[in-house]
Amino acid sequence: MAATTTRTRRPGPALRQRRRRPHSVNHPRRSTLLTVLTGLVLVYSLVPLAWLAINATKTQPGLFDSFGLWFDSDFALWSNITDTLTYDDGVFVRWLLNTLLYVVAGAGGATFLAVLGGYALAKFQFPGKRAVFAVVIGAVAVPGTALAVPTFLMFSEMGLTNTPWAVIIPSLISPFGLYLMWVFAADAIPGELLEAARIDGASELRTFFRVSLPLMAPGIVTVLLFTMVATWNNYFLPLIMIKDPDWYPLTLGLNAWNAQASTAGGEAIFNLVITGSLLTILPLIVAFLLLQRYWQSGLAAGSVKE
Amino acid sequence: MTTLSPPTMAGRPAAPPPRKRSTRRRSWVGWGFIAPFMVVFALVFLAPIAYSIYLSLFREQMVGGTSFVGLDNYQRAFDDPKFWEALGRVSLFLVIQVPIMLGIALLVALAIDSGRLYGKNFFRIAIFMPYAVPAVVATLMWGFIYGSRFGLVGNINDTFNVSLPNPLSPDLVLASIGNIVTWEFVGYNMLIFYAALRVIPHSLYEAAEIDGASQLRMITAIKLPAIRGALVIATIFSIIGSFQLFNEPSILQNLAPNAITTYFTPNLFTYSLSFSGQQHNYAATVAILMGLLTMVVAYVVQLRGMRKEA
Repeated sequence: MAATTTRTRRPGPALRQRRRRPHSVNHPRRSTLLTVLTGLVLVYSLVPLAWLAINATKTQPGLFDSFGLWFDSDFALWSNITDTLTYDDGVFVRWLLNTLLYVVAGAGGATFLAVLGGYALAKFQFPGKRAVFAVVIGAVAVPGTALAVPTFLMFSEMGLTNTPWAVIIPSLISPFGLYLMWVFAADAIPGELLEAARIDGASELRTFFRVSLPLMAPGIVTVLLFTMVATWNNYFLPLIMIKDPDWYPLTLGLNAWNAQASTAGGEAIFNLVITGSLLTILPLIVAFLLLQRYWQSGLAAGSVKE
Repeated sequence: MTTLSPPTMAGRPAAPPPRKRSTRRRSWVGWGFIAPFMVVFALVFLAPIAYSIYLSLFREQMVGGTSFVGLDNYQRAFDDPKFWEALGRVSLFLVIQVPIMLGIALLVALAIDSGRLYGKNFFRIAIFMPYAVPAVVATLMWGFIYGSRFGLVGNINDTFNVSLPNPLSPDLVLASIGNIVTWEFVGYNMLIFYAALRVIPHSLYEAAEIDGASQLRMITAIKLPAIRGALVIATIFSIIGSFQLFNEPSILQNLAPNAITTYFTPNLFTYSLSFSGQQHNYAATVAILMGLLTMVVAYVVQLRGMRKEA
């Protein structure tokens, strides 16, 4: 990208003449004050996560006896993890597998549909294109919950509620993902390349898979990550669609564990809720950290261009 | 977001509009690629919208079954104090929480972009991290922290022998929810602003520096106008998010049953209407009203945001 090259270029002859001013626009002086001020936001962002990690090492009584931001004498992280995974015949593992199913099918499918659709909007002229675009963009502003109740009623007539399909099918549509792929494909795939492939006699599908798909890779990773977060974190949709705890995703399961304490005769298992929460967020944090090169460039190219 | 031409970024060559890309005839090939999306879209977006409009025009009664009632359900919503209370609450949330969140996000983005921070990559990643935390986990976590029993608030009370106001009391619970939402989305919005700041050509800054512009002047005259599009988008998404507020109050209900009513937000209201009250028709009506209102507000924000640019 133009901006990236501007930013990282070596000082050329023109810049070198201004050596007498060491702190130019491109090489500003670092500021301790600004670092400390921004550090406040950093602390705000990280303290709750630290609280979660620290308290995942405590036993249920230890939670009440010790200071929140420091460890208890009893380091119970491993037993907490074991208990979380085995409590109630390992229902947590079942929820984890359900979540993985919803993420793989839902986010994977959503990304696939968004890539195909974004490519079509960016690189083809077809009848009704403007209408397609207007309808999809208009739909972004419709609150998800306005759709939830009628979707539930529709699905229950189709016999889909209380099955994984009820969570997977609505997850397949990501208007934001479509938008991102459209902007990304418009930039990343030169029209001449497509023309050349066509002149060489490649079919549209072959052109898509061999030429276009590799060029869209950073955009695809971005959309995949964001749809993964959306499905992994989904709460409202499964809440209304799924009544059977065997089909709960992690989010619903954790909330059920937490609510258990306030029901009559329910066992309070806050240590398991906290450990389970930690286990729930780790995979996404790891994914974001490992893939940051991809999603940051994808986001830079896509979401902000308007 | 609602323009019909490909988005462009000020100061940056626009992507060639697809229309001009080639002289090829319009063909149906494109439909082959977009059809799968549109089929599912019709099933999970268009059909439910049509169905809820249909539902909102009927009423189900114990005696006499379902009958067409025209706009009666809408009239009922306009006369319903619960609906207005819920709407008032999310509106209050909107005008306070959204500016705070976007303001912090913008300041952090400007600070990171300025290149004056030590370890700016760490700042960027770490402040973004809460976005990866599910709303359920974020709410449970903050809910525990708010708690007076083993939360931080309780710890502080015990240690310093004070009694802080209970964040989960009816007076404070909305602010507590605002804090959770801010925590979740500051990093996300920061990243959107930061990514927009990155594509501003640096030659502009150099020119401004030669002209002797101050840092503040560079921000107001170059940076903010250049990222106006990102600001408008982030505002619209935040407005949609505020009107849709559901997860956080719904989960906090377990911890603060007295502070959070069944009609705390419009969404909570529709949810309890349809799933505890079995009033599907009225629930659909409230949902449609909220959808319309969201679209109108988003549209107005977009118009205003774009008009200033002209």
